[in-house]
Amino acid sequence: MEIYRSLKNLQHDLLLKKTTCQQQVETYLQRIKDFKSLNAFIETFDTEAIHTAGLIDAKIKNGEPLGKLFGLVIGIKDVICYKGHSVTAASKILEGYVSVFSSTVVERLLAEDAIIIGRLNCDEFAMGSTNEHSVYGPTKNPIDERLVPGGSSGASAVAVKAGLCLASLGSDTGGSIRQPAAFCGIYGLKPTYGRVSRHGLIAYGSSFDQIGPMANNVYDLAIIMEVMAGKDDYDATASSNEVPPYTSLLDQEKKYAIAYYKDAVEHPSIHPEIRNTALQLIQRLKELGHEVVPVDFKEIDYIVPAYYVLTTAESSSNLSRFDGVRYGYHAKNAQDLDSTYTMTRSQGFGKEVQRRIMSGTFVLSAGYYDAYYSKAQKVRQLIARATLDTLKKYDFILCPTTPTPAFPIGEQVDDPIAMYLGDIFTVQANLVGVPAISLPCGQTQQGLPIGMQFMSNKFEETKLLTFSHQLMANLNN
Amino acid sequence: MKVDDALIDKLARLSKLAFSEEGKEEIKRDLEKMFNFMEKLNEIDTEGIEPLIYVNEAVNVFREDVVKQEITREEALMNAPLKDEQFFKVPKFVKRT
Repeated sequence: MEIYRSLKNLQHDLLLKKTTCQQQVETYLQRIKDFKSLNAFIETFDTEAIHTAGLIDAKIKNGEPLGKLFGLVIGIKDVICYKGHSVTAASKILEGYVSVFSSTVVERLLAEDAIIIGRLNCDEFAMGSTNEHSVYGPTKNPIDERLVPGGSSGASAVAVKAGLCLASLGSDTGGSIRQPAAFCGIYGLKPTYGRVSRHGLIAYGSSFDQIGPMANNVYDLAIIMEVMAGKDDYDATASSNEVPPYTSLLDQEKKYAIAYYKDAVEHPSIHPEIRNTALQLIQRLKELGHEVVPVDFKEIDYIVPAYYVLTTAESSSNLSRFDGVRYGYHAKNAQDLDSTYTMTRSQGFGKEVQRRIMSGTFVLSAGYYDAYYSKAQKVRQLIARATLDTLKKYDFILCPTTPTPAFPIGEQVDDPIAMYLGDIFTVQANLVGVPAISLPCGQTQQGLPIGMQFMSNKFEETKLLTFSHQLMANLNN
Repeated sequence: MKVDDALIDKLARLSKLAFSEEGKEEIKRDLEKMFNFMEKLNEIDTEGIEPLIYVNEAVNVFREDVVKQEITREEALMNAPLKDEQFFKVPKFVKRT
C-alpha cells in the first residue's frame, strides 16, 4: 500500500476511488505496529478511527459534501484533550486520566472530516527538547534510532517522517514544534500567539504556548491552519482577527525583503554544516531575487535565560493544579492532606518537571520576584521591540532552526543548561508572539536533516506560508 | 547565587515537593546552575522599560455570561481517586478536640 505524503494527492485519489479512508487507516495502524521500536504512539484509537473512516468513505460514495480535511489521518500530541480519551502529558501524574471535554482544535479537525488515529509521545508536560523526559520512555529518531527526534513534540515529528500518519499536531512553547521538525526533516509551524485556541491544551507556559501543525509540505500545514485557527469563546486570548484562506493564497510569486542575524549564523554554538547550509540558503534566496540583509541582534544571548525565567514561573503556577485530589495519580500511602499533595507531586512528576517547578517557584518568591521575574519581563519587552522593529522593515527573519543536528539519546539528559541552549534560535518567536516555520533545507554529510526557520510579523501566516511554499518548490526542483 | 539547604527546603515547601537526601543534592546543583544562567540578564540595562505582561494588544474581550452545564457531576468526579457520589474526598484535616 502506497503511503501518501500530501493531503492533496490523497484527496484526489480518494475521489477517484483509488483508495479509501479505511484502507488509509488500516495501513497506518499496521505501520505503527511495524515501527513500534520508534515509540511514537502511546495509544491508537483503532476502532473509532476505522469507524470514522467508514463514515467518510460512505459520504464519498454517495457524493455527499465533504469536510476540508477529509481523509486526513492525524496524530495528536499527548497534551491535547479529546473527550472520552486518555491524555497524560506523558506524565505519571496524569496516569489513567480520561478527558471529559475536547479541545477546540480537536472539535474543529473532526468537523472537517479528519480522522484522529491516536496520541503521540512527548516530553513530560512539553518540558524538554529531546523527547527523553517521558514516562513512556524516549521516542527514537527514524533517521537513526540512536538519535533523539527533538522535543517536546518529538513523536509528532517522528510519526509524520516515518509515515505513521499523514500529519500531526504539536504544541510549541519555545520551539517544541520547530526543533523536532528540523531534527526529523519535516515541516512545522508555530502560529502567532493567539491565532489558535489553547482551550483543551494542557498548559505549560500560558503566555507562550501555541498548538500548531506538523506535516510533509506547506500546503498541508496551511489547510490544517485554515481549519484550526480563529476566535474561540473558550479562550479569550484567541484572536478574533479573520482567518485568511491560506491555501488559496499559496501560489503567489513575490519578492521579499529578508533579514538574517549575523550573530546567529556566526554564533559559537552553531554546527559548521548548519552554518554552511544557512549561508548557501542566503545565496540561493538572493539568486531567486529576494533582498537578503544581515542585521544586528544584540540581545541574542539573553533570549534563553529570559525564556527560562518566565516559562518556569508560568509552569510552576500552571502545575499547581495537580494535587492528587480531583484527577490523576494519587499517592496511596499519604496520611493527611499535606502529605497527599506533597507525596503525589513528588512521586508523580518527573525530574525535569520538578526542576522547573522549583525554579519557577524561586523566581516568583518574595525577595527574588523583582530581580528575576520582573527583570525577565522587561528583557522580554526589549527583545519584542527589537524583533518587531526588524519585522517592520523586513518581511521575514531567517535563522537556522537549531544550532546542531539531532544528537545521541542520553547525551544531554543530565545537563539541563546544554539542553536549554539548544533552544537559542526558536524561543525568540515565543517571547515575541510571532509565527515561525521550520523548513527542511538540506542535510549533513552524515545524512541528518537541517531545518531553517523563518519568522514573520504577528498574524502574517499567509505571507509566511506563501513564501515557504514558493521557496520549497524552488529548492526541491 | 548560592543555593543552600534552607532555600531548597523553602522552595520544596512552597512547591509541595519533597526530595530525598540524594535528590536534594542534585536539585541544589541543578538550580544553582539554572539561577547563574538566569543572572546573565543582569548585564542588560532595563532602566525605564515596562515589563511585557500581555503578548497581544487585544484587551477585554467580552461575551455574554451564559450559564451552561457542559460537564455533569458524574463526569467531573470520574477521574477523582477518592470520591463519594457527590464530592471529592480528601483525608481528614480538622482534628476533633
